[in-house]
Amino acid sequence: MAEPLIEVEGLSRTYHVGEVEVPALRDVSLRLGKGEFVAVMGPSGSGKSTFMNLLGGLDRPDAGRYLLAGEDVSRLDADALAAARNRLLGFVFQNFNLLPRASALENVELPLVYAGVPAAERHRRAMEKLAQVGLAERARHLPSQLSGGQQQRVAIARALVNAPALVLADEPTGALDTRTSLELMALLQTLNGQGLTLVLVTHEPDIAQFAGRILLFRDGRLVSDRPVTERHSAAAALAATA
Amino acid sequence: MNYLDTLRAALRSLRANRLRSALTTLGIVIGIAAVITMLAVGEGARRKVSEQMQSLGTNLILVLPGTVTSGGVRLGSGGRSNLTETDARAIRTEIPGVVAAAPVLRGSGQVVYGNLNWSTQLYGIDGDYLISRDWEITRGRKLDDSDLRGKAKVALVGETVAQMLFGGTDPTGQSIRVKSVPFTIVGLLAGKGQNVMGQDQDDVVLVPIGAARGRLLGQNQSRPDSVNSITVKMADGRDMLAAETQVRALLRQKHRLQPGHDDDFNIRNLSEIVEAEQAASGALSALLAAIASVSLLVGGIGIMNIMLVSVTERTREIGIRLAVGARRRDILTQFMVEAVTLSLLGGVVGVALGFGGGLLVQRLLDWPVLFQARAVLLAVISASAVGIFFGWYPARKASRLTPVEALRHD
Repeated sequence: MAEPLIEVEGLSRTYHVGEVEVPALRDVSLRLGKGEFVAVMGPSGSGKSTFMNLLGGLDRPDAGRYLLAGEDVSRLDADALAAARNRLLGFVFQNFNLLPRASALENVELPLVYAGVPAAERHRRAMEKLAQVGLAERARHLPSQLSGGQQQRVAIARALVNAPALVLADEPTGALDTRTSLELMALLQTLNGQGLTLVLVTHEPDIAQFAGRILLFRDGRLVSDRPVTERHSAAAALAATA
Repeated sequence: MNYLDTLRAALRSLRANRLRSALTTLGIVIGIAAVITMLAVGEGARRKVSEQMQSLGTNLILVLPGTVTSGGVRLGSGGRSNLTETDARAIRTEIPGVVAAAPVLRGSGQVVYGNLNWSTQLYGIDGDYLISRDWEITRGRKLDDSDLRGKAKVALVGETVAQMLFGGTDPTGQSIRVKSVPFTIVGLLAGKGQNVMGQDQDDVVLVPIGAARGRLLGQNQSRPDSVNSITVKMADGRDMLAAETQVRALLRQKHRLQPGHDDDFNIRNLSEIVEAEQAASGALSALLAAIASVSLLVGGIGIMNIMLVSVTERTREIGIRLAVGARRRDILTQFMVEAVTLSLLGGVVGVALGFGGGLLVQRLLDWPVLFQARAVLLAVISASAVGIFFGWYPARKASRLTPVEALRHD
């Protein structure tokens, strides 16, 4: 394994629904190396989304330790955690989660706004990322004027704009058709090839095959952690459908 | 996130719900418009009153008869006049800086011209009276020394009296009967309008004090030269308080009052009346402020209501912002800026509407209106205060959301 980017030890999270305690994640430990592409799988309610929220610093564990790039994220307060999300993490969601009234460019700029980057610099870097996902000429479009695949690429540009240590993608292909899904996976594989560390949550085994390692969750536990022996190329799959 | 970005985001989200934003600010608009209009009308009225006071003169001292103790019985004020023409002369000659000291004998009675009659105020005056009141003549002449010395049966009439008896025609040279005594009109007084008490100052007939005493008003006066009041006018720039003290000392000496005895006269400084007037308009302002605060309160509640709706609607947006690194403070600021922008926009429209309302009052009701920068400043401050106060709770609610629950919201 390469130098570890993520170290998780005994991570647990329990939700309280009224009087009932729902253990969503129980005692999960693992290590993730820099540059890895990991798929997280499991049926709904298996704890994979909870795991994702904890990795993304959107939620905090009840027990356990989570080191991200050497920093103990589980001990940070709300504002420090927000700063960590801004600096170290990028998110891609199933339903894109773009601001509907902001242009593609403004959506990509958003993390830089909260990082306090000056407007001109913000603009330059956001345009660069939009060009990288092939949407430079759509920069002024509103999300509603873009297709699903284009919206998801805007979201990826937004996730990349702060040069994060880790990008988390939660069912990024869930709202896309097969061909667009393949295009998106090809993009993610390219980015991974350029050194980006990726964690991808999916329930589609086909999609998971594009990753280098698959984690399987069930009932809040990590039940399987195996490398993908026969890693598929999304670009090749795309070429085959054409 | 810097303030320019925050402001731009706030304007964008307000623009997205144009109608809703406009309706929300309506309460503030009305409140602020009320503040501006009412302050302008109130200030105009106050200015008018104070101009009237100024025309009356703040360098005037009014000396009135006071309480007289007679054999242990304290007679009411003015029950018997113990001010005299001699007192007036003494004030004129012995106190430095006196421009005029006018004794006035006051009464009322009927004046008749031809088959017309009119009940009016009758004043017996000397040459100082018109000087003390800064009163001019528009036709004819003033009373001269020979009129005064000879107790001539001549009169000056006010505009109202002239109007009532002569219509629009020139009254000078005409003969009228004042309390059945024939008098010749020698002059028409310039119009002075109402005084601060709302009395018509032009409803008056002025005659030489000697003539008044002998033929019209002197019958029940106890002392041969007693008067109802003495109006003292000081030169501009004189210390009125010092002058008052001097007049008091002089009159006590003339009236032979022992130390420890009360004054048998009253001294009024007209600036006191101005102060009383200002206190009255202060009460009016307090009432206006109460009306304005009620509308601002209602407007503020409207803003809070809409901001709460907005926070709920935009929970997912808040989640996205939190996910990409917004701190609680950023979210709080964003919603606060939106609320304050909303109320300030209402304030600006309200100020414009208030100016319009004020001009309308001026045009339609012919009331004096005075706009002040102070009122606009007050309006802006109150609008911002309403935005901050009522925006706080919704903004805090937004900033307390956790990223997970905000993103899960749909």
